[in-house]
Amino acid sequence: MSPRRPPEPVQVVKKRRDAALGALVHGVPYIQFLGIRFDRRGDELTSVLPYDNKLIGNPIIPAIHGGVTAAFLEVTAIIELSWSLLWEEMEAGTLDPRGLTAETLPRLPKTIDFTVDYLRSGLPRDAYARARVNRSGRRYASVHVEAWQDNRSRLFAQATGHFLMPEPE
Amino acid sequence: MDDKLRIARQFIEAIPHSAALGMQVEELGDGMAVISMPYDSRLVGDPKSGVIHGGAVSALMDTCAGSAVMAHPTGPSGTATISLRIDYMRAATPGQRIRARAECYHVTRTVAFIRATAADDDETRPVAAATGTFTIERGRA
Repeated sequence: MSPRRPPEPVQVVKKRRDAALGALVHGVPYIQFLGIRFDRRGDELTSVLPYDNKLIGNPIIPAIHGGVTAAFLEVTAIIELSWSLLWEEMEAGTLDPRGLTAETLPRLPKTIDFTVDYLRSGLPRDAYARARVNRSGRRYASVHVEAWQDNRSRLFAQATGHFLMPEPE
Repeated sequence: MDDKLRIARQFIEAIPHSAALGMQVEELGDGMAVISMPYDSRLVGDPKSGVIHGGAVSALMDTCAGSAVMAHPTGPSGTATISLRIDYMRAATPGQRIRARAECYHVTRTVAFIRATAADDDETRPVAAATGTFTIERGRA
């Protein structure tokens, strides 16, 4: 039996994965406009929407704009789906994220439809979301996403969307 | 009636997020609204094509639908989105304004049912269509 290759140092692995995620997220102006960040634990992503006055839709309550909630969920779904595609290529070694920039990234999936379920009003504080790819085919994908604020078990919104996968380049 | 439009316009355009997206109320009728949003490079979702992110179109649709509910002749004192489904039919042309038109097609004492479409300069081919349900708050205001 040939000797196993030693595992890569953890910093190298982390740096590669964070670079790929960074290129994916920083390339989209609208994500920067809303101020959305992504926390990564292994392949698991949590999106974070830090509270900002420009996100308010009802100044009296005050509450986060329903459109912001929809946008936050949609951004989370698209990035999760792109990330799951990127992750496989990156871990298989067929894609080198070191040279990855906004220009060289694979195209993003396109939203076909998106349905948002508003469960509670979004409070004026940070919001979090996680998406789950329920089906990822060659052409179509179905993604579910949940968002919460203070308590993980008290969702303030959830959504399901269908996406057209990017054409292989 | 012009006063009603002016007050509603000021109210809608003063919503922080609507203002951040540069939304403008163009028409407001009985249970209907037309609101538009200029092209803005900060709202781009696909850097390669310069196409506006679907999320920004959602924000426009939601504002327009909520305004249509508030403009209903039964005079709701407030509203909140219960659900909103958006179908994205084509990419909006970069550089062009997006205009949403929403109408309440049915209203009960507590719920408004709305339909909306969004188009760029080519109004014969909508970029998106939406259906939604909104709460109707009464009195208390």
